[in-house]
Amino acid sequence: MAISRAERPARTRPTGRLTDSLSATSFHTTRHNVHWLPDFDIALLLTSMVKIVGLIFLVIMPMVAYSVYAERRVSAILQDRVGPNRVGIPLTNIRLAGLGQPIADGLKFLLKEDLTPGHVRKLYYWMAPALVLIPALLTCAVLPFGSELNLFGHSVPLVIADLNVGPLFVFAIASLSVYGIVLAGWSSNSKYPFLGGVRASSQMISYEIALGLSIVPVLLLFGELNLVQITREQSQNGWLLLPISFFGDGPVIEWKRLLFVIPAGIAFFVFMVAIFAETNRTPFDLPECETELVAGYHTEYSSMKFALFFLGEYAAMIIGSGLAVTLFFGGWSLPFGIDQWIIGLNDGMIPWWLGLLHMGVFFGKVVFFILFFIWVRWTVPRFRYDQLMKLGWVYMFEIALANIFLAAGILLLFRA
Amino acid sequence: MATVVVKRPKLSLAEKLYLPALLGGLRITLGHAIRILRGRTKVTMQYPEERWDSHMPEHYRGAPALVTDEHGRERCVACQLCEFICPPRAITIKPEEIPSDDPWAKVEKRPRAFDIDMIRCIYCGMCEEVCPEQAIFLRKDYAITGLTRGEMVHDKSKLYQIGGVRKGLVNKWNPLK
Repeated sequence: MAISRAERPARTRPTGRLTDSLSATSFHTTRHNVHWLPDFDIALLLTSMVKIVGLIFLVIMPMVAYSVYAERRVSAILQDRVGPNRVGIPLTNIRLAGLGQPIADGLKFLLKEDLTPGHVRKLYYWMAPALVLIPALLTCAVLPFGSELNLFGHSVPLVIADLNVGPLFVFAIASLSVYGIVLAGWSSNSKYPFLGGVRASSQMISYEIALGLSIVPVLLLFGELNLVQITREQSQNGWLLLPISFFGDGPVIEWKRLLFVIPAGIAFFVFMVAIFAETNRTPFDLPECETELVAGYHTEYSSMKFALFFLGEYAAMIIGSGLAVTLFFGGWSLPFGIDQWIIGLNDGMIPWWLGLLHMGVFFGKVVFFILFFIWVRWTVPRFRYDQLMKLGWVYMFEIALANIFLAAGILLLFRA
Repeated sequence: MATVVVKRPKLSLAEKLYLPALLGGLRITLGHAIRILRGRTKVTMQYPEERWDSHMPEHYRGAPALVTDEHGRERCVACQLCEFICPPRAITIKPEEIPSDDPWAKVEKRPRAFDIDMIRCIYCGMCEEVCPEQAIFLRKDYAITGLTRGEMVHDKSKLYQIGGVRKGLVNKWNPLK
């Protein structure tokens, strides 16, 4: 009793000081006074939390769910069918063109029996679905999904982590998801998943090289690895593949940028092929090709664990689209440097509605790319495995490598 | 054993590049998409809302049913020919005598119970063909559903409800049939 009474003042003192200082002034001026609190910005922490939760659970996850729906509807349209158009609001006859389907599917996945076969390696079998989904969601941290949002006098940059190694971070984390697939294939302890896992690992490793090399020309031009800066530059001087800017600082059409469209176009092509291969989508869906391997690496999975593989694949597709948009199509920016004109009208500030519009533009472009992914998937037949490897190592790798020299040559030509 | 040496086809540069074929494929699928979005493609009938009913051909054989004549008399005289001819034995008839005070006492017999098990029925139409009294007909009802096996057995009242009234002579060679 005596000890605790003696301790009590010592324990309460910092808390008291914190509340006093909080009531006296704002967060920013007081954070150095709180000696036991590490030196960081609480406002940054809170906005980051809001951005993480908002982006993952309000944007990416619904987008994943609805891209599954879009996949089914668009494939139906491409194949002269109708697609899921029944599920609407439950217990009513309101159908909403089947927009309730993803919710029904999600509920079904949650409520189904979660079967773990007796012959699997339990630890890795349980770990694998998470290892596929988590890297796919982690990579969205560096994507600038909007310029900045000016609310209540605070400017919130619309990117979770403003890293200086954006694309490298994305590639590093995204390539981790191959572990999930390999573990799923191996731990299932069964022939087809094993073959799927082996195929997935060799395919992803092969195309990662082309993927990494393909964006080098882009980085050469911008001299920058920060995705926020890359997007801002495209907002001022026109998109990489549409280098026309009426309102930027420089001329309307800059010769260097115009000529650079050639290597940028090649880079974009190689990048897209590599993204298709990385996300295991047709024509590169050999790890799970239904006609040969039942369902590939997720043959032995059921219920929510199967759904996690599914979510991971679509999340990777969305992130890949986001990266392609950010690097080649100006991210959140409007075409022809219109952003600069609006910002100029508003005394150099980005008004709140423009911030929201930038978010809409970014996700609109991403949706366009997702539709393109779906379009290609329901058009192109699957490659044979040797064709896939030959395409990756003999063509894409060489094209990407030669493209770097082409880009460097153009930059050398226009050296100031 | 004859060996056939198949020569590999010589591919042109465009074919080797694969890209023209890829773009051609994308063009084809986009064409299909545009056609269906403009309502130029016929798609599957949306069943519960759109039905076959108006397109049903004359010779369609649906659920068998019993009919009454214009006087309200049940035509069936419980001769049990349909029960005997029925290939899957779906029909069960329990005959009874018509009491003498009944206005149709001269017909002598009528079915007390007439059950057709619609799980067994194969819609062959032999019952209709064999009936000397033109009492059983195949109607155009096709959506015979039920939640239990019991529900799928059509009893006499159900059969008369589907069948309704059929006018005309009891004549096997009547053009009305």
